[in-house]
Amino acid sequence: MKRFPRGGRRLLLLLFALGAARPVFAQSSDALFLAALGELRGATYADKEQIVERLSASGHASTRQVLTAFLEDRLYVRSQDQNIFIAKPGDDEQAPLSLVDPVSLKDAGSAPRDGMEKIGTNNRLRRVLRTTVARFGLSNPDPAIRLDAAREMLKSLDEANVAVLRERIGAETDAGVRKEIETGLALAALDGTDQQARLDAVRTLSRRSSSDVRNRLASLLEKSPEGTFIESDERVRKAAASAVSSIDSTRSFYAAIETLFFGLSLGSVLVLVAIGLAITFGVMGVINMAHGELMMLGAYTTYVVQTAMPGHIGASIAVAIPTAFLVAAAMGILIERTIIRFLYGRPLETLLATFGVSLILQQLVRSVFSALNRSVETPAWMSGTLQFNEALSLTYNRLYIVLFTLIVFGLLLLVLKRTRLGLDIRAVSQNREMARAMGIRSDWVDAMTFGLGSGIAGVAGVALSQLTNVGPNLGQSYIIDSFMVVVFGGVGNLWGALIGGMSMGIVNKLLEPYSGAVLAKIFVLVALILFIQRRPQGLFPQTGRAAETR
Amino acid sequence: MTRRQMILAAWLLVAGTTYPTGASAQATIKVGILHSLSGTMAISETTLKDTVLMMIDAQNKKGGLLGKKLEAVVVDPASNWPLFAEKAQQLLEKDKVAVVFGCWTSVSRKSVLPVFEKNNGLLFYPVQYEGEESSKNVIYTGAAPNQQAIPAVDYLMKDVGVKRWVLEGTDYVYPRTTNKILEAYLLSKGVAPADISINYTPFGHSDWQTRVAVIKKFGSAGKKTAVVSTINGDANVPFYKELGNQKISAEDIPVVAFSVGEEELSGLDAKPLVGHLAAWNYFESISSPANKAFIDQWHTYIKSPKRTTNDPMEAHYIGFNLWVKAVEKAGTTDVEKVLAALPGLETPNLTGGIAKMLPNHHITKPVYIGEVRADGQFDVVWKTTGTVPGDAWSDFLPGSKNITADWVALKCGNYNTTTKACSGQNYK
Repeated sequence: MKRFPRGGRRLLLLLFALGAARPVFAQSSDALFLAALGELRGATYADKEQIVERLSASGHASTRQVLTAFLEDRLYVRSQDQNIFIAKPGDDEQAPLSLVDPVSLKDAGSAPRDGMEKIGTNNRLRRVLRTTVARFGLSNPDPAIRLDAAREMLKSLDEANVAVLRERIGAETDAGVRKEIETGLALAALDGTDQQARLDAVRTLSRRSSSDVRNRLASLLEKSPEGTFIESDERVRKAAASAVSSIDSTRSFYAAIETLFFGLSLGSVLVLVAIGLAITFGVMGVINMAHGELMMLGAYTTYVVQTAMPGHIGASIAVAIPTAFLVAAAMGILIERTIIRFLYGRPLETLLATFGVSLILQQLVRSVFSALNRSVETPAWMSGTLQFNEALSLTYNRLYIVLFTLIVFGLLLLVLKRTRLGLDIRAVSQNREMARAMGIRSDWVDAMTFGLGSGIAGVAGVALSQLTNVGPNLGQSYIIDSFMVVVFGGVGNLWGALIGGMSMGIVNKLLEPYSGAVLAKIFVLVALILFIQRRPQGLFPQTGRAAETR
Repeated sequence: MTRRQMILAAWLLVAGTTYPTGASAQATIKVGILHSLSGTMAISETTLKDTVLMMIDAQNKKGGLLGKKLEAVVVDPASNWPLFAEKAQQLLEKDKVAVVFGCWTSVSRKSVLPVFEKNNGLLFYPVQYEGEESSKNVIYTGAAPNQQAIPAVDYLMKDVGVKRWVLEGTDYVYPRTTNKILEAYLLSKGVAPADISINYTPFGHSDWQTRVAVIKKFGSAGKKTAVVSTINGDANVPFYKELGNQKISAEDIPVVAFSVGEEELSGLDAKPLVGHLAAWNYFESISSPANKAFIDQWHTYIKSPKRTTNDPMEAHYIGFNLWVKAVEKAGTTDVEKVLAALPGLETPNLTGGIAKMLPNHHITKPVYIGEVRADGQFDVVWKTTGTVPGDAWSDFLPGSKNITADWVALKCGNYNTTTKACSGQNYK
């Protein structure tokens, strides 16, 4: 009779333990998670890597948020109590951090920045974090995030990742993501032993064009040092060989398109810096050595506008374009009214005087902004690439510059052909005396023409601020190029500047992979000199009365 | 013009070109500062002039040197290489300075070298350089290639596992010599020639599309690839921007740079650079009591808490302290005696180590690899265990393998150990 109550007590204990098990388990999981997090304080990078693996294996509900924050440098230790917090993303670097509790993901107030110490990451750790976070991203409702996640996981195909991919493929609805997952599974299948599956994998992969796939397939064709093939199955080797050659031909086709695009984008920069000059030098015949500095003014205007409207980087570019036009045009008109108009018909003196002006303008920005380069930020919509497929992606900033050049060129043509100002400009440039006789105020037209050319230089400066350094020497590096384009295209012809600039850009970029940047530039210059020897009037010579009076 | 007026005018002229700081009635020790204050190099060199002025100021507050006040003589060689030689001559012959702190580019150093050797002057040169030189009259406080380039490559090879190398540089003497050394080093470590790609671009290159596409292609051959960059100054910004635009991150293809420091990053948007690497002997972010004191001293002196400190500034800090110690040890500022006192002297550097003056006129330095942070500072990810002694003549070039410099035992900066002959600079 003694045994029963004891057994009953045991049973009771067991029941109690079972009943309490759930909350106790949850608590300890939270505690374990927090303990693992806590180890991040003062850990070496190698230790942190292991902690990340433990965190991701814990299955805790807030793992994804914590690891994402870690990846984005938003994981902090509070100095006063050594607690770990997630900081909400924010752009303002002065504002205090708003904190989130890493376990409950509830708001935990805010803290000043100097009381918080960031948990650092290095490249290797970020790579690990990125793959780990990608696993979570694979079940995200947004297909774009799933696509990025799948691509990220392809970079490190270990067993865990392959298992996640295999699980996902059945549920995946988006064709693009599906394709990436299939690629990953095919790559994994190549390592397997099932010959038929491997053959199928090679067939699947032959329709891809990424370099990773190509390298993997090419490795099937390698020979061991003894001269035998590492891959024993001849069918797999044959399929891989034909897949590699088809991928190679696809890739070289896209590489050619890419080179062409590089040429067009370099060309459009050349056109952009040259069309302002095509007006002042081409139409008016003024050798304006300060043209580069007017571009520099445009670039600095972008900087000033951007500092004046912090937090609106994208909009600031849109504001900067007209502002830069006005600033540079005003400066151009000032130069024309105070210096150049006294020197018409004396090209050598104009050259020297405008060279002096260029030095004055450079020193002016040095005095106002200091000799240090200014940093102009690139708006988000201008950075990154437009990805067509695995082999071809074009950078957005260059795409926009090509587009921008064409728009500026089109607008300029419209102004010259369709407006009263354009008519006056053409009339004065063709025959000044006759135009004056018809009642056109030729000196006013001169000022406006010079202002128009200068304004476009300013607009070019806005574009250049996105490509190169904004500093006092910005103009000098482009002035020679712009004169070359105008002379090559034919003085006084806008279409000449367009065709000339584009062809110089493309030739330069076609040569560069073979000769290097230094030699490519020299070749272009030598070719230009030979061309001018044969055809001094350029690609599109001006005809008629204007050509004779010049 | 009367004679008195003429004297007055002449005096004004001298006063206009030099800034006497201490009380000039008392006998002073003159310290020459030969850094460009205008022209392209002014951006980097003005900071170094201020550093030396700060050090002189602090030394004077401590009571000067040998009972005398230090007096700075500042000249402006205006980023003009022949002018460097002219100004150096003025400092040595007219102002009779005891020591000169100066030069940045290798061209300027080569230009003043004959002047210092002819007049038996003393120059402290604070910038990392290509090596292959050791002059009796120059103390090299910057890094030689074995104190920056070689350890950086070692780090990439061992810790990052890099197998393919792009050596990308601006087209002038420092990148070309450094890359020659690095190529020889990589080949000696068994890297296949096909896995090394060397390219040079002109100064201020801004159209990086093709180069970056080529690097991307080179890096997609299935082996871990890194870029070792000796790209100079301005051209770095569009280079890193293009890397970012073509979606090449530091995790895929890291770029380790030898001329991108805190000062350079302060002028640009550092976000596209995050994670890329730089190799230096000093970073502002390294926490040590000496570094904190130096940064505070700098911020107070320059009256701006935003100004950064950098590696060449530390080199001048070390150089100045070494010179002060040598003068105190020799009891005089006489160049021969100071040069005799210098080798073997030790002074703390800013990162908690000791800089020792070596017989080859180089010093011992720790090497740090840092990753760029978004705020333009560096996170140290790797460092050498101790300090590395500077080697004037690289062991990896066939021409300089058996050449050594020793100004104590051999009294020669270019001694051939096979032929047992001294030649080159200072050879009489």
